[in-house]
Amino acid sequence: MMDAAVKINQPVIRPDVDNRGFTQRVISRSRVNTGLCWQCKCCSSGCPFSDAMDYLPNQVIRMVQLGMKKEVLSCSAIWLCVGCHTCSMECPTAIDMAAVMDALRQTAIEEKFVIAEPDILNFHKEVVNSIYRYGRTHKLEIMLRYKLTTRRFLADMDVGLRMFSKRKLDLRPSKVHHIASVRRMFGQQRGARP
Amino acid sequence: MTYDNNTITYSYFPGCSLATTAKENNRSMLSFCRQHSVSLVELKDWNCCGSSSAHSIDSELAHHLPARNLALAPPDRPILVACPSCYLRLKSTHMDIAADPDAQKEFGRMWGREFNPDLQIINFFDMLARVADTGAFEKNKESLNGLRFAPYYGCMLMRPPKMRREPTFSGLMEKVLSSLGADPVQWAHKARCCGTFLSVSRPLVSARSVKTIMDGAEKAGAECIVTACAMCHLNLEIRSQPGKIPVLHFSELLSLAGGIGQGRGWFRRHLIDPRPLLRSRRLIA
Repeated sequence: MMDAAVKINQPVIRPDVDNRGFTQRVISRSRVNTGLCWQCKCCSSGCPFSDAMDYLPNQVIRMVQLGMKKEVLSCSAIWLCVGCHTCSMECPTAIDMAAVMDALRQTAIEEKFVIAEPDILNFHKEVVNSIYRYGRTHKLEIMLRYKLTTRRFLADMDVGLRMFSKRKLDLRPSKVHHIASVRRMFGQQRGARP
Repeated sequence: MTYDNNTITYSYFPGCSLATTAKENNRSMLSFCRQHSVSLVELKDWNCCGSSSAHSIDSELAHHLPARNLALAPPDRPILVACPSCYLRLKSTHMDIAADPDAQKEFGRMWGREFNPDLQIINFFDMLARVADTGAFEKNKESLNGLRFAPYYGCMLMRPPKMRREPTFSGLMEKVLSSLGADPVQWAHKARCCGTFLSVSRPLVSARSVKTIMDGAEKAGAECIVTACAMCHLNLEIRSQPGKIPVLHFSELLSLAGGIGQGRGWFRRHLIDPRPLLRSRRLIA
């Protein structure tokens, strides 16, 4: 048997020298050694949403390995990943895929790439805005503001009304009392700040 | 530390879903705890754990949000987290800080108190396993009248690699509910993700996943699905086709088996009305 402890820190794939900067930045940001991926595709086989993605999770890792910055930062897969960790449970080298996806999304925002799934980003922003305002998420307001940004007012109206009639959407938010201590967690320079 | 539920008091972290859309989950969980003498004190001024959105767009924020809750927690009480997703965020943040002296210094600077590496963070299932070990369910052996259910854990059984040594409590629903007289079915989708926020921003993608789950449970012969997570519960209800089997919170069935809940209005709040099924099984009047 091979000694796993010795092998595990050796990158299996060495990226193109010209593009190593990007690969290294993703690795240091996510703290995940993407070089450990040998493309067995267990992640993509397990992923519940791979059928909606333009690239499969293993292909996203491959693009990171090869330094294909433009392709990977503008793909839809990084936004459709919900971070359910099914892939990481399947992965024989325990790659934390959700952490890689977080790093890619945040890099795409910071470097002002065209976002492949703007509605998903808008939703995340509304949730974070809600936390900024109240310290907790206020679902009704998140939904209404999300509708304003996507301008699809009629979509899901039936779902909203059914939830409202069952009192699942409170009119008033549940609030953190000491809101200042929540707001100072929000960095000035980050994309998340409202 | 002993886990005698007569003496232990938990800091209770309900999370946003249980405080709003899933009040019936919260209330049934609280009455279950009261019945079994588990003493809960809500974590004072708790904030949102950041959910899927914070870590998607701002890792720093996603680190600080759970950290504030850790700072609020009295040191001598374990935190009991009701929502599996909040649990993951709180626990993994605690592990990150515990492993990093710089993060501990930052924690001290930010919150004016020392990081507590021994703080226990416990999810609802962990507490339940402890209650089950005391034999508390023996006396209600036949109370669920053979209700056939599909146990649905969602991605609660999935963990990031750094947490893979944490217990998942897979099978606990089957064990507890069958000891209470319900009948679990074997099926393939008990750990399939419900889609979380895709239910809002890409409803068709989420609906496909929900259809797989709901159809799978029906095909396996289940009369209802039992969920461990309030968000899964909501997604299964709002994204399924009309006429599907009802979806129940695990805590609702536990309370019902203990003889509470019949008249409390939890079941009225469901989008798929479970009352006809519960009546036909003589679980409610």
